[in-house]
Amino acid sequence: MKRNWSLYPYVIWMVLFTIVPILMVFYYSITAGEGGFNLTLSHYARVFEPLYLTVIWRSIRLALISTAVCFLMGYPVAMILANSPEKQQFSLIVLFVVPMWMNFLARTYAWMSLLETNGVVNMILGLFGIRPIAMLYTSGAVVLGMVYNYLPFMVFPIYTVLRKLDPSLVEAAEDLGANPARTFLRVIFPLSLPGVLSGITMVFMPSVTTFAISQLLGGGQFTLIGNLIEQQYLRTYDWGFGSALSIILMVIILISMGLISRSDAYGEGGGLL
Amino acid sequence: MTYETQPAAGHEMIRLVDVHKEFDGETVLDRINLSIAKNEFVTLLGPSGCGKTTTLRIIGGFETPTAGDVLFDGQRINDIPAYQRKVNTVFQRYALFPHLNVYDNIAFGLRIAKKDAKDIREKVTSALELVELRGFEKRSVSSLSGGQQQRVAIARAVVNEPKVLLLDEPLAALDLKLRKEMQLELKNMQKQLGITFVFVTHDQEEALTMSDTVVVMKEGVIHQIGSPISIYNEPRNIFVADFIGESVILPGTYLEHCLVTFAGQKFVCVDTDFAPGESVDVVIRPEDVDITEEPSEGALRLKVTSVVFKGVHYEMLADGEDGQEWMIHSTTMAPEGQIIGVSIKPDNIHLMKKSASLEGAAVQ
Ligand SMILES: Nc1ncnc2c1ncn2[C@@H]1O[C@H](COP(=O)(O)OP(=O)(O)OP(=O)(O)O)[C@@H](O)[C@H]1O
Ligand SMILES: [Mg+2]
Repeated sequence: MKRNWSLYPYVIWMVLFTIVPILMVFYYSITAGEGGFNLTLSHYARVFEPLYLTVIWRSIRLALISTAVCFLMGYPVAMILANSPEKQQFSLIVLFVVPMWMNFLARTYAWMSLLETNGVVNMILGLFGIRPIAMLYTSGAVVLGMVYNYLPFMVFPIYTVLRKLDPSLVEAAEDLGANPARTFLRVIFPLSLPGVLSGITMVFMPSVTTFAISQLLGGGQFTLIGNLIEQQYLRTYDWGFGSALSIILMVIILISMGLISRSDAYGEGGGLL
Repeated sequence: MTYETQPAAGHEMIRLVDVHKEFDGETVLDRINLSIAKNEFVTLLGPSGCGKTTTLRIIGGFETPTAGDVLFDGQRINDIPAYQRKVNTVFQRYALFPHLNVYDNIAFGLRIAKKDAKDIREKVTSALELVELRGFEKRSVSSLSGGQQQRVAIARAVVNEPKVLLLDEPLAALDLKLRKEMQLELKNMQKQLGITFVFVTHDQEEALTMSDTVVVMKEGVIHQIGSPISIYNEPRNIFVADFIGESVILPGTYLEHCLVTFAGQKFVCVDTDFAPGESVDVVIRPEDVDITEEPSEGALRLKVTSVVFKGVHYEMLADGEDGQEWMIHSTTMAPEGQIIGVSIKPDNIHLMKKSASLEGAAVQ
């Protein structure tokens, strides 16, 4: 095989900043304490204690919910974007992207002040005589934070696929007697699956790993794996356990990505229906 | 300005009434009037960009006319969406569904119509046979050649047995042999199933061999509607004469009853409906120019400038004494540089009313 020297910087980068850290994390996760090299599986055993399993399950559940909400909200938005006139598309996209230019934490803090008991939302509700509702520090607030932050990651891949969709295929479906709903189910949606799948991946991954959103909007009552890992590294200094959690999280992500790519974009299109 | 019109057909399937179409202020179809009878094979023929596809799309329901009406079986269908029209289309660029295999592409319309599974299988199988693609059922459409894709597109449309089939250059991607076969197949199918065909092509030979009626278009205007024979033998203007088959077109003057002068000579002709002294365009087909044995016997003397062997005949170009170039198709060959005599039989001289130029050819 011909040597491609231009690949080398990339390979070095990968080794230094991706593979080595992963190997180190893996090493911490299977060794015990400071004293020398003691192989152990105790860190992994701890992960399966009920306390931590609850946290893992909660992370997956909240990530799945926010991915589903992002999909249900994002698909129509992507369709509206893709079907609006070329000139409007640009301004709509800018409108969509501008909040993303703001710092992630600032955005999330903004939601805190909106949702607080004395916050803006409750103030407005108060005008209508509704008593303040506890919104902050609920799982709903965590999901809201995820959806708000990650919705664009669902919209853009779907929008990109829909925009490239050949309009003559829609015409062909209509020509063959399919009304708009049928055309959507049998042609447009199956053909947009690649975008949907990458949208799902791009929303699910940051949702399942986040620690900032759950900390700020969940107020510590909704510990996710991300928070757990952060605690181990930065507070309890239990790097071994933190590493085991990280590896488990990686496995969860790998499995879910595997499942997603298995539901093969074209094969039987309707698979998801 | 007058536009080509046509008497109403026996049982009228489709009628376009003063259909006008503009894109961004550009006129693409200019008051199209066309009547298509049940079971008729109508071909829209014309150079690229003349509005053939646009006309089909208006019938199919994918474009709405800027003005004018589309009638289907006597009903105005301007506002009926495409999916409710009993029309199927073979699209110019196939538009096959990339996420479905060949079988599922063809079965699409039948499934939408909720036909039962056994019925679908039988119909799809016979459609595949028709387009000679048995055994391709499970293939993905992206793995097919252009010609094969085109045949899937044909099968996908005909399998629904629509009342009207719109075909937009459905044979353009096929090689000559397959094209001839498919021409026959389509023609047979049209007769057997009793489907009305609206066929688009810019291949004039295809138009002449397949159609009951040919519609010659140019720049959004219909120039002539007629049977293949009348279009070929009695073109209404220079554009039609020039577009359908090879021809020599010369300026001439109608002298008196059955006498015309062109190329500096008087000729006997059969046309009578011109005024003495009227300027006319004379159309002569290359195969109607007869080479005489001796140059002196001919009505005209020409000098041969090129000879090409075309299989059945020779195609010769020759210059007249007035500099006019002639094209001659003949089984006898005259070598380059030779002076030949030619004569033209009266019924092979076709006269048309003078049109200012090719551009204004629709203006009478
Ligand atoms: N959607 C559109 N927007 C603007 N102009 C269009 C549109 N569709 C067609 N046109 C224009 O209308 C004219 C007629 O196009 P049409 O596709 O009907 O031609 P055609 O006769 O089918 O040509 P061809 O033989 O090349 O397929 C062309 O000048 C084309 O550029
Ligand atoms: Mg066309």
